[in-house]
Amino acid sequence: MTDTATFDGNGHRALAGRQPDWSFRYWIIAPAILLMLAIGLFPLIYALIVSFQGLTMLDNDTSFQGFANYAQLFKDLRLWQSLAHTLLITVIALPVELVLGLAMAYLFLERLPGRQLFVSLLVMPCVISPIVAGATWRLMFDNRYGPINQILGWFAGHPVPALWTVNPKLVYPAIVFCEIWQWTPFMFLILLAALSNVDKSQLEAAEIDGAGFWRVFRRIVLPAIWPVMAVALLIRGLDLVRIFDIIWALTSGGPGTMTETISIYTYVQGFRQFEVSYTAAMAFLVIVILTVIVIAVIRRTGLVK
Amino acid sequence: MTALARHQPPLLRRAGVRLGLRYAVAVALTAIFVFPVYWLFIISFKTPDEIFAFPPVWYPESLQLANYAVLFKDGDAVTVGNSLILAGVSTVIAMVLGTMGAYSLVRFRTGGEHLAVWIISQRMMPPIAIVFPIFLLYVFLGWVDTYQGLIILYTAFSLPYVIWMMRGYIEDIPIELEESALVDGCTRWQVLWKVVFPMARSGLFATAVFTFVFAWNDFLFALVLTRTEVTTYTVQVTHYFGGQSNFWAKIAAMSVLGTVPVFFTVATLQRYLVRSISMGAVKG
Repeated sequence: MTDTATFDGNGHRALAGRQPDWSFRYWIIAPAILLMLAIGLFPLIYALIVSFQGLTMLDNDTSFQGFANYAQLFKDLRLWQSLAHTLLITVIALPVELVLGLAMAYLFLERLPGRQLFVSLLVMPCVISPIVAGATWRLMFDNRYGPINQILGWFAGHPVPALWTVNPKLVYPAIVFCEIWQWTPFMFLILLAALSNVDKSQLEAAEIDGAGFWRVFRRIVLPAIWPVMAVALLIRGLDLVRIFDIIWALTSGGPGTMTETISIYTYVQGFRQFEVSYTAAMAFLVIVILTVIVIAVIRRTGLVK
Repeated sequence: MTALARHQPPLLRRAGVRLGLRYAVAVALTAIFVFPVYWLFIISFKTPDEIFAFPPVWYPESLQLANYAVLFKDGDAVTVGNSLILAGVSTVIAMVLGTMGAYSLVRFRTGGEHLAVWIISQRMMPPIAIVFPIFLLYVFLGWVDTYQGLIILYTAFSLPYVIWMMRGYIEDIPIELEESALVDGCTRWQVLWKVVFPMARSGLFATAVFTFVFAWNDFLFALVLTRTEVTTYTVQVTHYFGGQSNFWAKIAAMSVLGTVPVFFTVATLQRYLVRSISMGAVKG
């Protein structure tokens, strides 16, 4: 990406000089931009207007309500709990996925018979639709006919009747386990590619100097794989704070509202309670929070986007 | 992939023991990650007695196709076709519009860096925030439960990714090819269709697979914006969930029907990834 400026500079002069058809450049990009504006911007403006009104399922009240809906957001305990649930899942799942993915990448970095087959099999979970991953684990976690309790029973020596998707103590482990199962392979694939691109001569030089594994990792490997790792973390982090499908399939936010994430709660308010104006305000809050997180992460990791 | 295989172990000591240990860990890990997939597939081939057996049946006596037959008889399997239409059409449109846009960004510097950054920032948009206003808009337009509604939505959501990826591929096309085509009397549109698209085809296919999988996997948009006519397979799977009694056979069979095409698609991706790498090497 660093040489784009010179390349583009040349390209621009060379192509535009011969046939200065200025409208062409706009014609070819216009459809994409118009479509993104129509789907990305127009509904947001509409939602912004609605969020200052008093629309509900029963009440078609389009009068100006000021910041009433936004004030309500701060008094909505369920909303802040759902944010806390989202954060909880993210801060547990993301580091585990990273560390496990990295360990797996190291495992398959060196020559291993049948590695290609292993990698192809390991990648399967992240190719499956998230809703299907959730459905699969719903079957796996079934208290009577699922294999998880059966296998646990072998180790415990007696039948284990754990209600994974109902018991308040077990729902989070179940969700996080499913999430980790599906997305660790994604981390693994990306980190394996990054690790195999690390400069081999540097590693050998460090080995000759007698540097230990952790020293080599911190000084040479980590700086080399950091740009790729940061992007992977950003992608997974964004997906985690939006998490919806897996939870929908496993618990639908239950028991009660115990596993409601911000996406699930927004859905419930919008499409179950049909609190139109309130949901619009909530959508804005989500956008603001996510934007702040993304900007902070991009700044912190030094990602140039 | 050959680069991976060539990597020499710098810290390897006591090679035999280490290899054996690594092999054991690799087999155990793979078993853990693959088992749920195996379980899903195997349930879809079980009889009801085998599904609801206690203790669980680890492998069925014979592979039953009855669970699939039911899905086709009831017409539920049509939802896989709906997913195929929605993901397929939106991918084609997004690839054409996105590549054209990327070409404008790369060769004409349209909008400068600001436009490029705005486009990628569109990708950060959380679906849950956008889906509610979109729903209100679609109710107004009468687009709920229509093909065009979801196709336009998937296309718009894929465009930032397509533009971003295709920018890189187009930068790699030698500009001399486009110049000589212009000298030979091609119009700019002809240059785009006859030079740029064919030259970027390996990138097009690789990007298209990711775009397709995104639309294929979508659940939230389809859940909100479909009713009965264009239900996707992801939504159909959740129709079999019940509080106490799940339709296990149907959940499994429908999930497999929706998963197999993606496995095929990813097999396609691998081929084009390898091809694009070798093309890059030859071009040099």
